[in-house]
Amino acid sequence: MMRALRNGPLTAAVIGGLWAFTIAIIVAVVMSFSTGEAFRPFFWVSLGLGAVTGLITLYYRDARVLVAALAVISVGLGAAGAGAILVGEGVSLTALALANAGFALFAAWPLVVILRSLVPGPVDKHQWEEAVIRFLTGFGYIFFTTAVLVPFYVMIMTSLKNQQDLLQNPLDFTIDFSKGWGLLRSYFELFGDFGFGSYLWTSFYVSVLTVFITLAFSIPGAYAVARLRFKGRAAFGRSILLIYMVPMIVLALPIYIVFSMTGLRNTIIGIVMIYPVTTIPVALYMLQGYFRGLPAEVEEAGLMDGLNRLQVIWKITLPLALPALASVSLYVFMIAWNEFLLAFMLLDDPAKFTLTRGVASLNSSEVPRQHLMAGAVIATIPIMALFLGLERFMTKGLTAGSVKG
Amino acid sequence: MTTPVPPTGTGPLAKREARLAWGLLFPTIFSVSLVVLLPLLAIFWVSFKPIGLEDLRPPESVVREQLRGRPAADGDAATLRYRIRNSSQKEPITGVTITDRLPEGLAIMSVDARCDLDGLALFCDLGDFAPGQRENIEIEVTVSQAFLDADPDLDDTPAIVTGKGKNILTNAEFTLENFARIFDGDEFWAVLYATMFYTIVGTVGALVVGLFAALLLNKEFRGKGLVRGLYLFPYVAPVIAVAFSWVTLFDPFSGSVNALLVQMGVVESPINFFGQRPQALVMVTVFEIWRYFPLSFLFILARMQSIDTDMYEAADMDGASPFQKFWYLSLPMLLGILSVLFLLRFIWTFNKFDDIFLLTGGSAGTRTLTVNVYEQAFAVSNIGAGAAVAVVIFGFLLAFSIFFFKYMSREEGL
Repeated sequence: MMRALRNGPLTAAVIGGLWAFTIAIIVAVVMSFSTGEAFRPFFWVSLGLGAVTGLITLYYRDARVLVAALAVISVGLGAAGAGAILVGEGVSLTALALANAGFALFAAWPLVVILRSLVPGPVDKHQWEEAVIRFLTGFGYIFFTTAVLVPFYVMIMTSLKNQQDLLQNPLDFTIDFSKGWGLLRSYFELFGDFGFGSYLWTSFYVSVLTVFITLAFSIPGAYAVARLRFKGRAAFGRSILLIYMVPMIVLALPIYIVFSMTGLRNTIIGIVMIYPVTTIPVALYMLQGYFRGLPAEVEEAGLMDGLNRLQVIWKITLPLALPALASVSLYVFMIAWNEFLLAFMLLDDPAKFTLTRGVASLNSSEVPRQHLMAGAVIATIPIMALFLGLERFMTKGLTAGSVKG
Repeated sequence: MTTPVPPTGTGPLAKREARLAWGLLFPTIFSVSLVVLLPLLAIFWVSFKPIGLEDLRPPESVVREQLRGRPAADGDAATLRYRIRNSSQKEPITGVTITDRLPEGLAIMSVDARCDLDGLALFCDLGDFAPGQRENIEIEVTVSQAFLDADPDLDDTPAIVTGKGKNILTNAEFTLENFARIFDGDEFWAVLYATMFYTIVGTVGALVVGLFAALLLNKEFRGKGLVRGLYLFPYVAPVIAVAFSWVTLFDPFSGSVNALLVQMGVVESPINFFGQRPQALVMVTVFEIWRYFPLSFLFILARMQSIDTDMYEAADMDGASPFQKFWYLSLPMLLGILSVLFLLRFIWTFNKFDDIFLLTGGSAGTRTLTVNVYEQAFAVSNIGAGAAVAVVIFGFLLAFSIFFFKYMSREEGL
């Protein structure tokens, strides 16, 4: 059975067809999203063209010639109204040709590479699997990149479009540069009328305070768990993880009750009291793992030289652990910045909103989508900038902490 | 001569070390127990209480003090009036009294029978108040020029009221009604089904997709760091931003996905992805996979890169095909991290609240247990029922954790 499947032409045709169809979808989506006009893939034609191209690659492997030939055929078919990419009414001939030529390029060229290992006639297991893996790899990159980028693309583009345009053609993401600064209207209004400047500042200092308080609590605790011997150390190390397991909503309810009764609800102080407690267990767990990895000899030398434990922590352990501290700080900052549930439940007064709470308040039928998305962009950009700038630390922090999500 | 024996028990040095350790841990233990353990106890307590959102303000007597009659000149008559009411519409208050100090420069004409006036000090005993009861106390006065000149603010000497109301949070009234309510009928099973579907499919999905992504990136190429960073975006971005982006993207009227599907001829009319069964539950699960695959991807990739390459070279020599190498070499090596990830993600997905709350608000068959806590406590304003759901969640978690720790004892690390 498997042996019969491992046939060069059959495999090439199937992979070619599937690949060409994938490309047809992607090209249609990209063209639709970038021009706002109607493009759609033609299943049978793209499949057929791909299968034929796949077969031909077995005998002839010059990518340039193949791309050119496929381009001529697809554009021709497209002009006749039966191309791999079909268009709606009113789409210019140039756009149609561009879409079909793009299809030819991205279908034929990668196929030459994907099907490189195949030969006409039966192929062995290695050749067959290699082709399948190459196909899956190509497909995977396209799939993940699209899946990740599309929501962010839509978020940014929607923030630049007004409600009418959005309802008129949800696919039209072209930017109308003639509007000039008017494009950023929603951003100006958010900062001007909705007080997003103050939300941004509140979120920033709440997050920074959370980082400092978390570190102040978790560094000594992590050191104790990692280095000092005491009864119940193992049990303690585990119960930290156990606290991880308690859902926030279960805690949020009694916290809401207590804060309502003591008047801490609707105060930044209340938020700053609560946020660190949600991050201390994570930070402690991450740090103790790192402290364990540091050589104990250096610290012992410090002790011999007459430092006490606290001095050892301050003068020896912490400087050695700086990279870990950076990771933990970034990670805690991210949690505090992105925190939504507690801010949503505990803050009602717009003067005290954090950014996430502010964005949540935009989610009403009276506020246009444009503003909601602009708010989302404002909340996302700082954390993304931080993330991309310090990706190395961030990734390390994420892996080390086994991260609560 | 005595034979030397090794010391038993803990020596002074060890004791000092333990003391220091507990000292260093104290702030953490203190704050965490304050915010985690106490609330957990509170949840158990509240879950047996017949308590609604409005009961969070205990019944109290409220007083307002006013000078009526607009006195303008020396000798004008006016009325000093105290209005007292019971803030609660449900609970009585017993033993209500008022103590106040009258402003100077008033000539007292008559005093309410329930009050005593000693100089400027006023004391009234009003007895018990029924729920919602209001009372007025009026003191007839004439003003002097000195009073008008001074124009004192009556709130400078605020009237003090006392009175005992029943506080539902602290009294000894208990009920099983909350549990009866949440276990009632089909709703509970629907909630449990949504929870389990979301948790199991979401966890397995995120793991499989993460494994696929890790396989893609498990080789060296230019721009690898960039791609890895890109694939982490969904996890790093604030949930509120990505959730609303998804809602916008899949909107039945102005959503791009629906427009695209209709244009491509896949569907006839737009689908209300987040508003109808069963699409809504599938969509929130897909969102969960989309948002958390980066996490499993990151862990699996880290583990893959620590696998010794010698093994693969040996397999190459033996003529193993790529699929065989994955199935017989990589997968067994990854089994540890995969199972740990599964357990952690399982519990965290089970606990997830924000995502579903933001995407659907728990409508259209997406109400999981955690969303139900919020729904009961705030939408229906029944804090007791919300706490009861929280207790059920806690029961599930306890079961998971026992299993988890039994398993973890065999797993290295994490």
